[in-house]
Amino acid sequence: MIAAFLTFILMLSIFLGFELINKVPATLHTPLMSGANAISGITLVGAVSLAGTGQQDLANWLGAGAVALATINVVGGYLVTDRMLAMFKKKGS
Amino acid sequence: MDNLIQFAYVVSAALFILGLKKLGSPATARRGNMISAIGMLVAVVAALLDQGIVEYQWIVAGILVGGAVGVAAARLVKMTSMPEMVALFNGFGGMASLLVGWAALSGGASTFTLVTIVLSILIGGMTFTGSLIAYGKLSETIGSGAVLFPGQQVVNSLIVAGIVGSAVMFCIEPSNHLWLYIVVALSLWFGIMAVIPIGGADMPVVISLLNSYSGLAACAAGFAVNNNILIVAGSLVGASGIILTQIMCKAMNRSLSNVLFSGFGSGKVETA
Repeated sequence: MIAAFLTFILMLSIFLGFELINKVPATLHTPLMSGANAISGITLVGAVSLAGTGQQDLANWLGAGAVALATINVVGGYLVTDRMLAMFKKKGS
Repeated sequence: MDNLIQFAYVVSAALFILGLKKLGSPATARRGNMISAIGMLVAVVAALLDQGIVEYQWIVAGILVGGAVGVAAARLVKMTSMPEMVALFNGFGGMASLLVGWAALSGGASTFTLVTIVLSILIGGMTFTGSLIAYGKLSETIGSGAVLFPGQQVVNSLIVAGIVGSAVMFCIEPSNHLWLYIVVALSLWFGIMAVIPIGGADMPVVISLLNSYSGLAACAAGFAVNNNILIVAGSLVGASGIILTQIMCKAMNRSLSNVLFSGFGSGKVETA
């Protein structure tokens, strides 16, 4: 039952993803890619609960590693995207 | 509390969608990125309220280390080197999904969960090594040309067969960790093999594609740990990434399948 529900969510967000990206100007391809990449660091949210179980087992360590890596993805991703877009603005004005 | 967390996830999903929408137009792009970042913040804060969390030191340590590396890398990178930096960040995201999938295994899992675990390991692993190769090619730490060798199609086909076989065995026999290690190793190897035959000029397309993969890996990890926001945001990135790849291919006069399967022979004509 949960599997069906989650697959339902998956299907809807795939359609939404397609709709969102149509007709984007070519200059924005790279920032858009970078911005979407930052969102894929959402794994951080899953990693956080694994890293905090308090049991000093393998899953805990894997979770902690995942938190560090996903944070690099999130923080770096958003900052790089912002730098790219800041450059665009200067050029345009 | 759990309800509150779930509603916070709904809010952050809405912010991601709004952010992506605004990223698509030059006037609002920067604000869009900000909105998406706020969505991420909301999701992470909500996740930290989870009652399954009993100690915070490893989470804090991970966030501090990752945050410091991320800030330093994003600030220090030269403007011209940004695409390869995106590739590198993307690879870390893929690796994180691999680790989350692996960690989810310890909870004792149903067959459906096992399938999603194997998918998150597989996609996450190939995203990681594929992104590292893309980074190496763009920064020219390794040769940027296409690497083609005789028998490449055979090798790649064998890897795919090996992945399918070991993934099936893993789902049948999850207690035997040998299958897990084989899946991890083969997925890492496959990422390398999938990207080396692609030449320097096609690299932006490949990074976009790998970005889409890392979204799918996050989505699979979301199924493995039963987390809605991972599924929603992951599939959003997966879908928007693949359509963006398609658009970029068209702009470069290449077909998507050509870039996708160049290691399987169809790209040879174009790589000259």
